[in-house]
Amino acid sequence: MPRLSVWMVRSALLALVAGAALGALLLAVPGLAGLARWRPLHAELLLVGWTVQLAFGVAYWILPRFRQGAERGRDELAWAAFLMLNLGWLLTGVGRSVAGAESWALAGRAAEGLAALAFAAHAWPRVKPFR
Amino acid sequence: MPPLTRSLVKAALVWLVAGLMLGVVMQVPAAARLPLLRAAWPTYLHLVTVGWLTQLIIGVALWLFPRHSAARPRGSERLGWVTFGCLNLGLLLRLVGEPGRALGHDTSVALLPSAVLQLVAVGAFVFNVWPRVRER
Repeated sequence: MPRLSVWMVRSALLALVAGAALGALLLAVPGLAGLARWRPLHAELLLVGWTVQLAFGVAYWILPRFRQGAERGRDELAWAAFLMLNLGWLLTGVGRSVAGAESWALAGRAAEGLAALAFAAHAWPRVKPFR
Repeated sequence: MPPLTRSLVKAALVWLVAGLMLGVVMQVPAAARLPLLRAAWPTYLHLVTVGWLTQLIIGVALWLFPRHSAARPRGSERLGWVTFGCLNLGLLLRLVGEPGRALGHDTSVALLPSAVLQLVAVGAFVFNVWPRVRER
């Protein structure tokens, strides 16, 4: 597994644990003071931090490689996607959970969108027939 | 495909069908007025995202991720079965308890163990698969 995939998959696993722990608290003790407001962070951790990031990590690992030049193409785009995605779920999750931090959510969504663009630009040329 | 992965993927398919069927029923106008179904949205969401999506990922990851070692290529088989059992029992308890709570009943006898079981399932999976996520 290449280094970036290790970073992405391990970050996804950590997001899964954090999101599941928060979800378990929300399910078990919903009345706990102030807990319910963290529901958006729970959703961001699991939908973006876990599932989207895991898909990025596995795709970077297994999509067809190139015979000439860098074997996985434009790595800098994939690394940018990794950084922006993690910044994105964090800012969005906190921004939607904490009163007064709504502008963080907009920045977070923008970061997630840029991560998607960067990863799509990286992966697009690798979606090709095996040769 | 190893037996553990077959069980996880088949259970994921069952939850997918159950979740989407629940989604259909929730949209039928006559049924959608029933309080029990009006309260079923979070359950529907978790059947699809946890029962289907996450369980499918777990099943495929335990099968296809790099080998743990020659002696134990897929890590601990026992932890894998703990993940399978806890995840599905936790979801079943949620299916019973969550709509009930939304209707004002005290269903903590189902939801507390459900929360613990799902968290244990995730912890066992991550602990099991972590050493297999490495550079080669």
